[in-house]
Amino acid sequence: MALTRKQKRLSVIAGLGVVLALAATLIFTALRDQIVFFYSPSEIAERGIEPGLPIRIGGLVLEGSWQQDGEANVFVVHDGETQMTARYSGILPDLFREGQGVVAEGAVQGDGTFLASSVLARHDENYMPREVADTLRQQGVWQGDEE
Amino acid sequence: MIIELGHFAFVLAFALALAQTVAGFAFWQRGGAASHFVQQAAIMQFVLVGLAFAALVQAFMVSDFSVRLVYEHSHSIQPTLYKFTSVWGNHEGSMLLFVLTLALFGAGLAAFSRNLPDDLRTLVLSTQGLMVAAFSAFVLFTSNPFWRADPAPMDGTELNPILQDIGLAIHPPLLYLGYVGFSICFSFAVAALISGRIDAAWARWVRPWTLASWAFLTLGIAMGSYWAYYELGWGGWWFWDPVENASFMPWLAGTAMLHSAIVMEKRNALKIWTVFLAIITFSLSLLGTFLVRSGILTSVHSFASDPTRGTVILAMLAAFVGGAFLLFALRASALRSGGLFAPISREGALILNNLFLSAATAGVLVGTLYPLVLEALTGARITVGAPFFDVTFGALMVPLLLLIPFGPFLAWKRSDLVAVTQRLIGAIVATLVVTIIVFALMGFPVSLAPIGLGIGFWVMFGAIAEIADKGAIGRASLAQNWSRLKGLPRSVWSTAIAHFGVGVTVIGIVCATAFQTEIVTSMRQGESVEIAGYTVHYDGERLVEGPNYMAEQGAFRVTTPWNTTRGITSERRVYAVSRMPTTEAGINTYGFTQMYIQFGERFGAEGRVVRLWYKPYVLLIWLGSLIMAGAGFLSLTDRRMRIGAPQSARRKQSEPAQ
Repeated sequence: MALTRKQKRLSVIAGLGVVLALAATLIFTALRDQIVFFYSPSEIAERGIEPGLPIRIGGLVLEGSWQQDGEANVFVVHDGETQMTARYSGILPDLFREGQGVVAEGAVQGDGTFLASSVLARHDENYMPREVADTLRQQGVWQGDEE
Repeated sequence: MIIELGHFAFVLAFALALAQTVAGFAFWQRGGAASHFVQQAAIMQFVLVGLAFAALVQAFMVSDFSVRLVYEHSHSIQPTLYKFTSVWGNHEGSMLLFVLTLALFGAGLAAFSRNLPDDLRTLVLSTQGLMVAAFSAFVLFTSNPFWRADPAPMDGTELNPILQDIGLAIHPPLLYLGYVGFSICFSFAVAALISGRIDAAWARWVRPWTLASWAFLTLGIAMGSYWAYYELGWGGWWFWDPVENASFMPWLAGTAMLHSAIVMEKRNALKIWTVFLAIITFSLSLLGTFLVRSGILTSVHSFASDPTRGTVILAMLAAFVGGAFLLFALRASALRSGGLFAPISREGALILNNLFLSAATAGVLVGTLYPLVLEALTGARITVGAPFFDVTFGALMVPLLLLIPFGPFLAWKRSDLVAVTQRLIGAIVATLVVTIIVFALMGFPVSLAPIGLGIGFWVMFGAIAEIADKGAIGRASLAQNWSRLKGLPRSVWSTAIAHFGVGVTVIGIVCATAFQTEIVTSMRQGESVEIAGYTVHYDGERLVEGPNYMAEQGAFRVTTPWNTTRGITSERRVYAVSRMPTTEAGINTYGFTQMYIQFGERFGAEGRVVRLWYKPYVLLIWLGSLIMAGAGFLSLTDRRMRIGAPQSARRKQSEPAQ
């Protein structure tokens, strides 16, 4: 091991460089595949999101639209312009209410409905998911104060 | 009246912090009176902030609704404990606790730093004082908890019911002691850069503070995770949510710093890197504070956030981090690194440790901030899901975990991998045997789970092997073993114990992820459902009245595979004042395994939607974290922490540049 100080330092730096490059590749490859886009029902209608692609949707739960049959839930998400039927199997978050904001993750199905794999909970009665607030503001539906 | 006194004490603390900063930075080379003043100011400041905090606590305890904050976040019928925890269950109070913690660490350093050179202590305390001043100004001018409401309301509006839990009493203070504690390491780094003197003694002085902060942060994160697990009622214990990442990033960077500082202390190498990590760690704490307080990223743990005040925190973040890095850029080249070593050596292993931990920190950081960047650049709204973090973080942790057992066996400067592997042969064989047994028990599935378990066992066995080797177990008589083990420094024990804890956590994570079973079903009274060999019988529901809520309580009986039966209740509560519903999961513990029941909506006349989880060995996740934190505290009692490093301090002046 008769490396000079400089050579040693270079070999350490080269080793570090390789690991960092691997880590960076890993991060950016994973990032490309694992991001989930957020759309409002209107955007889904405009863009024609392909069925099966994991996305998040957000908007308000339409008054009177929530139906339950055991663990099967059906409700309509709207943003003032477009409505979208969503289905979810399981227990909805405590703060899920008709007329209030909701964010759901899942995929659009072939029949145009949204199958949610999870419905995002809120911790706070007054808290409106930011994406939902933005969507509603764009559609001119939002009447609340600036958050 | 008391609240005004508190307000006044806080203003005084702010003024004192300013004076401390100015006097310290102006006269740090003089020593004597200036040094003495800065020390006294740091202690007095903590007393004053403590008084202010006590005044606010008093207002909450007696439900003084003429204080606006009390009105907004408390209620007279709340149980006493939750009146108390309401103090920091909101933005203003939480920021006051933040300042209190900053001041606590400043005062702690002022009180326990007899062996620190005057100029270094003065610089550290001035930097700490600057932070106290900045954050007190933030509290005073944007988030003042002491404002009155006029006229005083009759009663309050209640603490967010989801926070009405013992978890709020434990998690935030521990978390703050952890990630605000890293502020003192940041101050040490800034002081080192200003004075231009940084050496092994510096590393030894910072070490107890790093250790204490790290141990508290470990506890804080673990308690937060357990709290979310039982309180949110989704059976999950980690979601890679922005708020969780906000506390996890300083932990990763702090863990890296804990390891790199060892190299600096023992071998006088990695100086620049350690200083860099000290800055980065607290910067990540500040970034976390910004992310959490501003609510800029959608989080499942969001409450009490405020985007406008978030901007001010962002400005302070930019000022502190930017200032520190500017100083770093100007001064780091002046720090000479010493200590030659071969790639296969203790130093080399610790560098690898740092490399993987920093890469993991970077991965979490990228994943956490990417949505913000993308939205700013393209307007697209995205979330980075858990799979991203699982893949990148997991891939970086596997090699790190595999390397852990080698580290403590490697000698400083130059080591022999073959010889080390021979000394680890017992652990290697044990790991292979256990892994194969697990594979066989599972029927040789195509699954990563047995390998994950094998990695966990490897880390645990490696830690045991280290102690066995140092105690010469099997190579000497029992009496000699005993005296050797007794003679081991506590820092050696704590290294082994902490690594053992890592292995325990890994096993818990693998088991709870790979072997959990989940059922969502509708149950009528008298029906039973089978899950993982356990039978869960639904006995029906009743109405229960709590101190400030009404609950629909479902009663269940769980029969284990070994035929014991124990009851379990799960509730859906509605809080009286805020009318907010919450779910209280019912949890039965069997050893390290838990049965977790969430009581859902009504279904038909007497049915309920019920969600059940069988979570094998899930408690190991937190047990491992407790072991790690405990090891951190044990290490604090090591002899070299108590005696300080006077000889190194003297050597520093005469030490030639290498």
